[in-house]
Amino acid sequence: MGITKEYDVIVVGAGHAGIEAALAAARLGMRTACFTTNLDNVGAMNCNPSIGGPAKGHLVREIDALGGQMALTADATFLQMRMLNRGKGPAVQALRAQIDKRAYAWAMRLVLERTRNLDLKQGMIQEIVVEDGRVRGVITSTGLFFAARAVVLSTGTYLHGKTIIGEVQRVSGPGGLAPAVGLTASLKALGFEVGRFKTGTPPRVDGRTVDFSRMVRQDGDPEPLRFSFMSPRDEREQLPCWQTATTPRSHELIRQNLHRAPMFTGIIQGRGPRYCPSVEDKVVRFADKDSHQVFLEPESRESHEMYVLGLSTSLPEEVQIELVRTVPGMEEAELMRAGYAIEYDYIISTQLKPSLETKLVRGLFCGGQINGTSGYEEAAAQGLIAGINAACFVEGREPLVIDRSEGYIGVLIDDLVTKGSPEPYRMMTSRAEFRMMLRQDNAHLRLTEKGRAYGLVDDARWEAFVALRDGIAAERERLVRTVAGPTPEVQRVLERLGSAPLKSGVTLEQLLRRPEVRYEHLVEMGLGRPELDESVRREVETQVKYEGYIAKEQQQVERMRRMEARRIPPSLDYASLKGLSMEAREKLSQIRPETLGQASRISGVSPADVAVLMVYLDRMARSRQGAEEA
Amino acid sequence: MAEETIAAIATGAGEGGIGIVRMSGADALKVAERIFRPQRGRPLGGRRSHTVTYGWVVTPGGERVDEALAVVMRGPRSYTGEDVVELQCHGGQLAVQRVLEQALQAGARLAEPGEFTRRAFLNGRLDLSQAEAVIDLIRAKTDRAMAAAVSHLGGSLRQTIGALRERLMEMMAHLEADIDFPELELEVQTREEVAAGCAQCLAEVERLLGGARAGRILREGLRAVLAGRPNVGKSSLLNRLVRENRAIVTEIPGTTRDVIAEWIELGGVPVQLHDTAGLRATDDPVERIGVARTREALSQAHLVLVVIDAAEGLGPEDREWIAELPEGAARIGVVNKIDLNPAFDVAELREGLGGAPVVGVSAERGTGLQALEAEIARVAGAFDASEEMLVNARQAEAIRRAADHLRDAQETLAQGLGVELVAIDLRAAWMALGEVTGETAGEELLDQIFSRFCIGK
Repeated sequence: MGITKEYDVIVVGAGHAGIEAALAAARLGMRTACFTTNLDNVGAMNCNPSIGGPAKGHLVREIDALGGQMALTADATFLQMRMLNRGKGPAVQALRAQIDKRAYAWAMRLVLERTRNLDLKQGMIQEIVVEDGRVRGVITSTGLFFAARAVVLSTGTYLHGKTIIGEVQRVSGPGGLAPAVGLTASLKALGFEVGRFKTGTPPRVDGRTVDFSRMVRQDGDPEPLRFSFMSPRDEREQLPCWQTATTPRSHELIRQNLHRAPMFTGIIQGRGPRYCPSVEDKVVRFADKDSHQVFLEPESRESHEMYVLGLSTSLPEEVQIELVRTVPGMEEAELMRAGYAIEYDYIISTQLKPSLETKLVRGLFCGGQINGTSGYEEAAAQGLIAGINAACFVEGREPLVIDRSEGYIGVLIDDLVTKGSPEPYRMMTSRAEFRMMLRQDNAHLRLTEKGRAYGLVDDARWEAFVALRDGIAAERERLVRTVAGPTPEVQRVLERLGSAPLKSGVTLEQLLRRPEVRYEHLVEMGLGRPELDESVRREVETQVKYEGYIAKEQQQVERMRRMEARRIPPSLDYASLKGLSMEAREKLSQIRPETLGQASRISGVSPADVAVLMVYLDRMARSRQGAEEA
Repeated sequence: MAEETIAAIATGAGEGGIGIVRMSGADALKVAERIFRPQRGRPLGGRRSHTVTYGWVVTPGGERVDEALAVVMRGPRSYTGEDVVELQCHGGQLAVQRVLEQALQAGARLAEPGEFTRRAFLNGRLDLSQAEAVIDLIRAKTDRAMAAAVSHLGGSLRQTIGALRERLMEMMAHLEADIDFPELELEVQTREEVAAGCAQCLAEVERLLGGARAGRILREGLRAVLAGRPNVGKSSLLNRLVRENRAIVTEIPGTTRDVIAEWIELGGVPVQLHDTAGLRATDDPVERIGVARTREALSQAHLVLVVIDAAEGLGPEDREWIAELPEGAARIGVVNKIDLNPAFDVAELREGLGGAPVVGVSAERGTGLQALEAEIARVAGAFDASEEMLVNARQAEAIRRAADHLRDAQETLAQGLGVELVAIDLRAAWMALGEVTGETAGEELLDQIFSRFCIGK
């Protein structure tokens, strides 16, 4: 078979992971091709019409800081924007957007088309070509060979996909689209262990047949923020969402039809995520509850289609029609599409390195739902890292690895490659041990420098970032140097806030550290700098107020970094190490951690096993040193 | 490398004659200086390496814990290659435990099993042929320590800790579900409910610490402090009690300004009676030192004997210091010189002491003493609850840390800060309690969230 065309990087899939991977590689100067089974389906949001939320919104901002695309396109196409957790601290506040699916997908396709070095192609990849343990290219279902020095797999839920509605099963990708067949066999032939997951989606209804007056209206924020550091603030009309709930009649209907639910008849074998149970699952597991929340979300500004969040189901279609009509406001609702369950193949993620390269095949990277994750944001984050690292691989550069203290992206990838996941992995803030440091409002401060170093941060973003960074540093310095005295202005504001009056001078930093004192109060006392950018003031306030907590985390980070700095040779023969427990030996041989830190996070590896490893590593280092000196 | 300073008992368990507490690390000398008073000469930091110093291990308040020899070995010429101090104690296993506790309170961390040896290896103090032996040691010690920790844990302590952790986990699941799924508007706990939960857990943790203390009282004796205004007859009362009971040791000689202690035995429990300088406002510098010492003695008391002169009754000054008595201590009201005013109304005093028993005595004539002794024995007996004892310093330390974290959580709530900060403290408390029973963190939190809350699309 002759070579059709030669690329540096080929990306398989043009979903949320594939888009970021292809854009990153092309923007880093790689000759890049991005294959999709259907050109009209680039950037499709096959499930809920929203992006963001706790941890997920954090991921979107980190993608933005590194020079990815998701935040910019989400900002350009949102229908509604809300900051969640406003009543809580800055670390867990999170932006969530309702997105116009059609506009988003179209915008993404145009971004791909307009990016230099990037060929967007329709074609189903059926085989990965590998020689001597190194990837050489891909073969399409029509028999064409494309050569590549690195390949990124981001096949989403399309890999060997099968959808189920009641008793009806179809070999299919989501939304009735063609699945990727054949590729699984190629991966298995290469020696990869493949698993099978399940997920699902609710029915969609025609908004014209819904009585919204029986539901609770949910509006966006009056002054919506944006995900991206660089997005312009345009005026736009936001669309509402609507809240309602299931009734005892809904639950009764579900119970009557459980014998036809694929989850219970045994048709579905894949493991589903606990945070996305189907409504029939909820009714069974939480039998004592007689109502579950339901939200209606617009799918597009142009269309009447509404997403029915809370009613994910794979019950037969005729039951679904009846089911939505048991919900207040949807008594006469017309179904536009039925909900369904989908099963798909994924790669056991512990077969990957922290760079997202596979351990088996050099130059082969995996990103997105193929790694057993769920969610657009999780997919995009991995796609970005896989794309950057595919480019690094081609150029012989060190891969980009973000550690657990630098970003949710680091937590996500480390969890995947170190622990794996028995269910589709969703990012949550509770997975991050350094939650106070990993805020959505400081994502650019954490990661822009890295993005710049790897070449995805352009000059405009860099300059804006530097101005912000330096502004924050200067203001913090001023707060430490400037002393507030017990002047009438100061005491008056403090008294109003119920804060103890000053007896003598204190620094502005000490003043701002009081829980009840905000930066705007310093301005009121005549001690603030109202001309500073809002983002500078907010960040300074957060840093000062939470310094104690952040310092505590910083100590843990340093401990972790010391462990991360101790690299384990890839060839280490764990079977020969005396003193390791059987379980640790097995797990370590299988996962082959790159650092002592990673080793310590593998379940089944005890502190004693880590101590044993440490002793051996030191011994090896010392004998190497001895050999060099001799 | 700036490693933390670690400490541990270096001698085996069992009633040996000498017990050694070993400390190693950059701050070993500093920690040792804080807890060791040489009998004469320079503090330990000024001593040459490989010298032995005679002196006393003392509490932060200056109270002697045990007589000891301190051996200073400066790095790199020490077993671990770091600065090492060994305290050789003479007071048996119990005293060694207490010395270790002093070291931990003074800034050292309890060493992990095999940690001294590991440091020795890492600092190049062991040759390569010894490496394999080290590994065997680490392995064996760790496994044995784990087995020991688990086998020591009796059913009820394990259950209590288990229930506490479950309660904390439930609170954490509520907080985390609310943080990670706010759009679902789950039924979450209010701040008041979280605060109440913290208070409940803290009470339970403190009860456990009380259990630890009860164990210590049985082993070390009940510390009873006589307190009152000057000249109410504290000293004569003490002398009377000592004379009529079997005195055990005469420990601390002193002037009238000092705190004087005598041991007696009541109801099978050793009781350490402390006489104190009279409590009153004063400008006399010497007397003020005495009052300060009295307050310190009170802060460490298990039992306070509140002594009142029947002829003078309860004055405003008395009410003042009674109000400041430590909450954890039991109280008994003692109305001395009752013969001079037999009609003394004890109700007011009883009320002032929160309903504590009140006994009328005459130290001079020896009347009422039996009733007083019975009350003291009752207090001593109350500590001998069937509560299971915390077996070692490691467990007590972990529980104490849990208590600290719970207090932090309360503080965070009180300041009106975000629940995600409360979650940090609760998690830390949960982990600390896990150390007591040897359980480690895993996916429990997520399991809890998803089993408690109906979350889905």
